[in-house]
Amino acid sequence: MSDKQEKLSEEDFKDPYEFGFETDIESDFAPKGLNEDTVRFISNKKNEPEWLLDWRLEAYKRWLVMKEPDWSSVRYPSIDYQDSYYYSAPKDSEKLESLDDVDPKLLETYNKLGIPLKEQEWLAGVAVDAVFDSVSVGTTFKERLKEDGVIFCSFSEAVQDYPELIKKYLGSVVPSTDNYFATLNSAVFSDGSFVYIPPGVRCPMELSTYFRINAAGTGQFERTLVIADKDSYVSYLEGCTAPMRDEHQLHAAVVELVALEGAEIKYSTVQNWYPGNEEGVGGVYNFVTKRGDCRGDNSKISWTQVETGSAITWKYPSCILRGNNSSGEFYSIAVSNNYQQVDSGTKMIHLGNNTSSRIISKGISTGKSSNTYRGLVSIHPKSKGSRNFTQCDSLLLTNQCSASTIPYIESKNSESIVEHEATSSKISEEQLFYCQQRGLNEEEAVSLIVNGFCKDVLQKLPMEFAVEAQKLLSVSLEGSIG
Amino acid sequence: MSNNFLNIKSLSVKVDDKLIINNLSLSIGRGEVHAIMGPNGSGKSTLSNVLAGKDGYTIVNGAIDFSGEDLISLEPNERANKGIFLAFQYPVEIPGVTNINFIKTALESNRKYRGLEPIKPGEFLKLIKEKSKILGIPEDRLKRQLNVGFSGGEKKRNEALQLLMLEPSLAILDETDSGLDVDAFKIVADTINSTRNKDNSMLVITHYQRLLERIKPDIVHIFVDGSIVESGGPELANEVESDGYERFGDAK
Ligand SMILES: Nc1ncnc2c1ncn2[C@@H]1O[C@H](COP(=O)(O)OP(=O)(O)O)[C@@H](O)[C@H]1O
Ligand SMILES: [Mg+2]
Repeated sequence: MSDKQEKLSEEDFKDPYEFGFETDIESDFAPKGLNEDTVRFISNKKNEPEWLLDWRLEAYKRWLVMKEPDWSSVRYPSIDYQDSYYYSAPKDSEKLESLDDVDPKLLETYNKLGIPLKEQEWLAGVAVDAVFDSVSVGTTFKERLKEDGVIFCSFSEAVQDYPELIKKYLGSVVPSTDNYFATLNSAVFSDGSFVYIPPGVRCPMELSTYFRINAAGTGQFERTLVIADKDSYVSYLEGCTAPMRDEHQLHAAVVELVALEGAEIKYSTVQNWYPGNEEGVGGVYNFVTKRGDCRGDNSKISWTQVETGSAITWKYPSCILRGNNSSGEFYSIAVSNNYQQVDSGTKMIHLGNNTSSRIISKGISTGKSSNTYRGLVSIHPKSKGSRNFTQCDSLLLTNQCSASTIPYIESKNSESIVEHEATSSKISEEQLFYCQQRGLNEEEAVSLIVNGFCKDVLQKLPMEFAVEAQKLLSVSLEGSIG
Repeated sequence: MSNNFLNIKSLSVKVDDKLIINNLSLSIGRGEVHAIMGPNGSGKSTLSNVLAGKDGYTIVNGAIDFSGEDLISLEPNERANKGIFLAFQYPVEIPGVTNINFIKTALESNRKYRGLEPIKPGEFLKLIKEKSKILGIPEDRLKRQLNVGFSGGEKKRNEALQLLMLEPSLAILDETDSGLDVDAFKIVADTINSTRNKDNSMLVITHYQRLLERIKPDIVHIFVDGSIVESGGPELANEVESDGYERFGDAK
């Protein structure tokens, strides 16, 4: 029997990280290490107004006295924050006028990643902003979006062109003092995407940002800010990859969403940062703070994530349900293989009346990985008639991996309804055999069963992302049955 | 080369140190239909599973030759792609995977194995609609999750559908008739019978003579305690139907 499996592992079980190539491009770096000058360097590079520099410096000072969080289940050697670059930009990237000015090498990189930046190549009608290391290298369909008054640009551009919006909303959902990694990000964030949808506008296309870490020894600290004004709608997609490297790379992003009255934001992520090799060497530390504020009545924020990459994932996309009748959703698929560690979940903070939230989490663990769902549902005493439904399912593929579900429920209002369901299962021999009997090999069988297990979440993804996510699931689970 | 398509020689199989198949020999020629009848727990499903390559069985003795090849060394999916199909006694539920998607995936891996291009979506749809219609399977059942919430009879009909779609060269039917009501039984039995031809063989496991009236087997085997105790014509089935297995040495 073991014989059979070895044969399989030789033939099919190679797990190449398809996106692990490096682009040979000249970069501009900030001097290595982190101090006030680093913060000034970044701010200066971006020609930022004084108030923003001050905001960064304040965050930096605050960060110095903060402690790295240790309450999660993830374990890693302490990070030397002085041994990293905090700013890396492809040379000449700053003076881009249009996509035609983008270095062909960069365009090629994104093509290899399946993200063509040339507008005419986009059939699906998805506008893309691509962030390469620390800077945004191009945003497509900008002009078309402008016709509807939609602003979609890099964060740096927004600081120059729409300072009043930035000033009003930056840090209004995730304060610069929020947590260790968010505070670090506030001090040294380099770029990211900015979206503003004016009142009553339904954004005519999906907006998408593609993040890529390329340069060695570089942390990536991007910031995304999405504002949906009254009665508007936007669907935003985010994808990520990084080259294979032996050392760990830190990625500490912040995403802030603001939904005003009657607005809806749908935010989807396919996270495929380099997960490290089979022995757990290398990989991205993905320490991310994502939060949405349903600020207005009848607003809605929906997070959908497919997390397959990163050595460590630490993220809890959350919703603050401030407006009456507002609703928040969190749909998650988190896969962990080899030595990957995932501690992820969501927080639903019910403040307004008749608010509702829905959480569907699918954790898939294999190899020697660990996969924790950690979630908080909090219903404020004054939040009347609010309800939550949570469903957490874990699927284990090996005996060496682990999965846990840690739901915190704080219901301070007796009228509210909180429902929680959790299941944990092993992939069944009977199911595998049934599929194999019909001609599928072991990997195809696992992939089919896992895709079925994740269906409720996959369905929430926009079409073009769902296909990619399904492929990614199969690749991430290669060699996973042992 | 002998005419024998499937050749089981002196097969003994253990599960957890318990001998379930005991020195079994059975040969099925191309185009032949063999029936196996035997009491509960005699090892019929075990034999099916061993032929299909399920894990967890220890083959302590014997050999299985399929179409000139050593079957035991092949993975379950290789066996399937080489033409062995098992209609399960208890079909398995796969949540989240639609019936139609499952059958398409199965058909594609069979075609790929045979070096065929993927089937055109339109062609596939036409085919599966046609076969479903023959079996009286409503189209909405194709869109449901595989076997999830299917009644016992619906599951069996669905096994028959897969059999029709995959056109195996050796079909093993493990009590496919059990759990079907009278009308469904007739449809399924006649449909399966219609797939008979000179190249395809069948091993039909059943408790009921009425099935063998519709699928007329070439040989009937009486299976007790893990081996064949008697083989003969349809009259054996009649005997079992009226007198049970006692004469054949079943202690119960
Ligand atoms: N996985 C298993 N573990 C232990 N015993 C088993 C297992 N599978 C089958 N058996 C035993 O083997 C015998 C034959 O079972 P089975 O092949 O299902 O019989 P049949 O199909 O003829 O009713 C039974 O006694 C059953 O309990
Ligand atoms: Mg049986």
